[in-house]
Formats: sequence, C-alpha cells, structure tokens
Amino acid sequence: MIRFLFHRLVFQALPTLFVLAALSFLLVRLAPGSPFASERELPPQTLEALNRAYGLDQPMPVQFFRYIGGVLRGDFGPSLRMPGRTVSELILAKLPVSLELGFWSLLYAIFVGLTLGILAAVKPNGFGDYSAMTLALLGICIPAMVMGPVLALVFGLWLDWLPVMGWHTPADRILPVITLGSTYASYIARLARGGMLEELTRDYIRTARSKGLTEAGILVKNALRGGVQPVVSFLGPAAAGLLTGAFVVEQIFFIPGLGETIVNAALNRDQFVILGCVLLFGAFMVFFNTLVDVGLALLNPKIRMTAGRKAKHEG
Amino acid sequence: MKGRGPESFSLRRDAWNRLIRNRMAVAGLLLLLLMAGACVIGPWISPYTYYEQDLFNTNAPPDRAHWLGTDELGRDLLTRILVGGRISFAVALAATLVSLVIGVTYGGISGYVGGKTDAVMMRIVDVLYALPFTLFVILLITLFERNILLLFVAIGAVEWLTMARIVRGQVMGLRRQEFIEACQVLGYSQARTLFKHVLPNVLGTILVYVTLTIPGVMLLEAFLSFLGLGVQPPMSSWGSLIKEGVALMEDAPGQMLAPSIALSLTLFALNFLGDGLRDALDPRRSEGAK
Repeated sequence: MIRFLFHRLVFQALPTLFVLAALSFLLVRLAPGSPFASERELPPQTLEALNRAYGLDQPMPVQFFRYIGGVLRGDFGPSLRMPGRTVSELILAKLPVSLELGFWSLLYAIFVGLTLGILAAVKPNGFGDYSAMTLALLGICIPAMVMGPVLALVFGLWLDWLPVMGWHTPADRILPVITLGSTYASYIARLARGGMLEELTRDYIRTARSKGLTEAGILVKNALRGGVQPVVSFLGPAAAGLLTGAFVVEQIFFIPGLGETIVNAALNRDQFVILGCVLLFGAFMVFFNTLVDVGLALLNPKIRMTAGRKAKHEG
Repeated sequence: MKGRGPESFSLRRDAWNRLIRNRMAVAGLLLLLLMAGACVIGPWISPYTYYEQDLFNTNAPPDRAHWLGTDELGRDLLTRILVGGRISFAVALAATLVSLVIGVTYGGISGYVGGKTDAVMMRIVDVLYALPFTLFVILLITLFERNILLLFVAIGAVEWLTMARIVRGQVMGLRRQEFIEACQVLGYSQARTLFKHVLPNVLGTILVYVTLTIPGVMLLEAFLSFLGLGVQPPMSSWGSLIKEGVALMEDAPGQMLAPSIALSLTLFALNFLGDGLRDALDPRRSEGAK
C-alpha cells in the first residue's frame, strides 16, 4: 500500500501539478496585453516601474521558478489590482466557506445518491426503481442555476420555511447544499444502481443466495463492496465539479465564498489571483483523485495487486 | 461510393428503426427540433429585438403584445429567450464540433498507431484530465478579450479528452480486424485507412457521445454567462437571463422561470435523445444500463 501510494504521488500527482503550473503560468505571461493595461494609457516609465516592482521584467524561466518557489512556501504572489494585498490572503479569506459548502454537498450527494441507487437496484424495473431513476433524471436535467432560484422562491419567499440569504445559522445551509448536491446525487444514484446490478449477477452472489443468506444481508454485506466502486471512481470528478459549481450557488444564496473573488478577478483581469486559484483547485483535484485511487485499491484487491506489480515493474 | 454495401445500410436503418420505436427518444428529438427551430426562426418573425428598450413598459406581466412579458428595461422576454437560445445552441454545436475534430483525430491516431506513441499520447490525456478545466476556461477568458468566438473555442479545446479516450478504445478494437488488414495489404496510406475505413465504423459511438457532450457544453456556457463571464449585455443567453431573473425573483418570478424552463426542457430533450441513441446503436448494452 505504501509503495502504491508512493508510486501514485511521484509518478502521477507531482508531474500533473508541474504541468498545470507550467501551462497556466506560460499562458498568463505570454498572453497579449499587459496585466496593467486599463482604459487609461499608462506612461511607459510607469509601466516599466510596475513591471520591475512585480519582477515581470526578468527572463521567463526566472519568473517561473521564482513563482513556483513562492507557491511552495505558500506565497501565490501579489494581487495586481488590489495593491498591498497578496493572493494568498484573498483566497484564504473566502476558501473555508466554499470548502464547507462543498463538503456538506458531497456528503448529501453520497448519502442521497447511494440510498436511491441501492433502492433502485433491489428490484429493477419495479416501482422503487422507476421513482428513483425519475428523480435522478430530474436532478441531472435541472442544473443548480435553475434549482437554486426555484427552491429559494418556493421554500424561501412563498412558504417562508427556510432562509435564502447568508451563511450564519445551520438552517442557512439547507437550500444551498440541496441545490449544489442534487446533480451529483443523481449521477451517484445512476452509477450505484448500475454497479449494484452488475455485481448482483456475479457467481459469488448466487452462492450466497444458495446458502440461504437474506437478500438484505447479501445486498449490504456482499454486493455493496463491489457495487460502490463506480461511485468511488466518480467522487474525484464530483469533488472538482462541486468546488466550481459552488460559485453559482454562492451567488444565488449570497454566500461569501471564493466564487465572488474569482469572478471579480476574472472581470478585472487580476491574473495572479486566477492563476493561484487554478493551482489550488488543481492541487485539490490531484489530492482527491489520489484519495479515490486509495479507496478503490482498498475495496478491490485486484487493483491492489496490479498496482503493486506495476509499481515494482516501473520503479 | 461503392464500398458501402447493403449490409451497412441496413444496419443503419436497423438502428434508426430502434430509435423511432423508442417513444421517449422521439419525444426528445421532436422537442429539440421544436426548440432549435423556434430559436432560429423566432427572432426573425418577432416584432421586437433583444436590445430594444421600452422604459414605459418595464417588468410587464405576460399579455397579448408580450407573450412572456418584458424585463427590467422593457425588452420583450420571449425574444430575448429565443436569441439566448441561439447563443446556447450555437456555442454547444461549435464547441462540440471543435472537441469532435480534436478528439476523434487524436484518439484515432493514438489507437491506430499504438505502441509507444499511444502510451505517450494517452499519458498526456491523463495529465490534462486532472486539470481543473472550468477554472482553466475562466483563466483563458481572463487573458483574452471576452468574445463568444473565444468562448466556444476555449470550451471545445478542453472538452475533447473523453472523446479521444472513447475513440481510441474503439479504434484499438478495430485495428486487428480483417478488413483493416486488407487495407494495409492493398497498400493504402495510414491516413486513408484510418479516416476512410476505421473511423466510419466508430461513428455510432461518436454520435452517442456527441449527444452527451452537447448538454455539458450548454451548461458550461450557461454557467459562465450566469457568472457574467460569458455573453456581454445587451446580448442574452439562458445563463445571463436566469441571472437577471434571479435579481427580480420576488416581484416578477416569471423572468427567472421562463429561461429556466427553456434550459431544463432542452436538457431533458437531449438526455432522452442520448439514451435512445445509445440503446439504438448499441443494443447489447441497453439491458440494465440506464
């Protein structure tokens, strides 16, 4: 397992992050137009002084490695639009809120998705299956930007049951989490249903049935382990989607998260802020994908063995 | 072309028959055609434009003159939704086309050539897969002047990865078949074999995946426009219309609901059509997979 993890980190996680950093840094620095360009033409001396102050007059490789060196020490550079503020402090101020929203939404999606998926797989083409899959279809075809306002309108403004603004009390979390998590709950429900149905056709399940084990016991103790594997693989992309999807939900429910920072940076062309966010999200994704791989290896001894052999072979 | 025998024709007809027997798929197809048709033709026959303001008649409820009412600036909402639909469909088609061209070519070459080339090409895809690509699109928007053309090139340029993987898998399976070996024996060039003989056989799979890509691209465009990073006012798109509607939700919920319904209906239609196509083109997998 340790060898597997080591292999995964050295040969996949680090190169991915490096490529991401190099690619986005090059894009930012080679893009036409100075980061300081605005409606008002700046005199060339001012531009030169600005470039020197931010180290942008150095050769590209020097700039790049200086930037990477800074990132490794937790310094994502200065904001080019808000003098005196660093990208790190801009991000850190808002990140916890977005992470919390993403975390609850992921939990909600897993819980609801698995429940619906397993329910559907118990009796394929039965009433439970149709209801669960209809719900899943609704969740997929009604994106967060539609579901959020509709939920806010019905449960907030018309029925006045739940708050629709802010991020203070636990009740504030309910509608945003449902809005953000429902699409992913739907995908998880579909994947869980497919995975469970496939697992239930296997020989060992037939053996378990012939031994007279109860159907519920088989479902939870035997089939679930194999059946959730597609769901676990999906958690990597899901986590990434939740993080960016949160921007829309934050706007709808007036939640002070990272989305506003990123949108404003994009509108103001504050390049280092966006660059920092790209790297941060990339690191999250790599972290999550590694976690998912570990989870899959724990669930499935086959993966564990081939991964170990591959690691031995390559390393 | 002589090579296309009666066999492949009947296979295609077979798939078509399966598709039109699927009631949900047909409903999806009709709904999609209706939507697209209305968006293309509607703005021409509408007496209003998407930018014309009427400040004496703002936030009007639906009536004879304005079927869906007017917005905050007195612009006809129906016309704005139809024009926004044009944007959504155009972006979806263009970005899907870009991703199609890149993905099919890349995946085709990777799967057909195989060996070390394949390993390197797929490793690159693996690395790109792990990038936070929505943010990457936002980064691209930040760097260049915002315009719609750039938007869909950027989306298309990041959406080709899955297509490349799928095509590669299919091509690898076909590479060892007799009719491909026959092409090689006949001395056809690699490119001719790949594009004329291998890829046409992957068409079904590609078509299914295209119907899955289109809603994804549509949602991404709506996402960006909702955040104010997509189309710029006074131009409308479903994402920006929903955003404008949300601000007025309390007094005029219709302005939020109408574009929302348009977006969701289109997604429903594409979903049903996609499911139907998958079942029709790949009958083996239709059991259980839903």
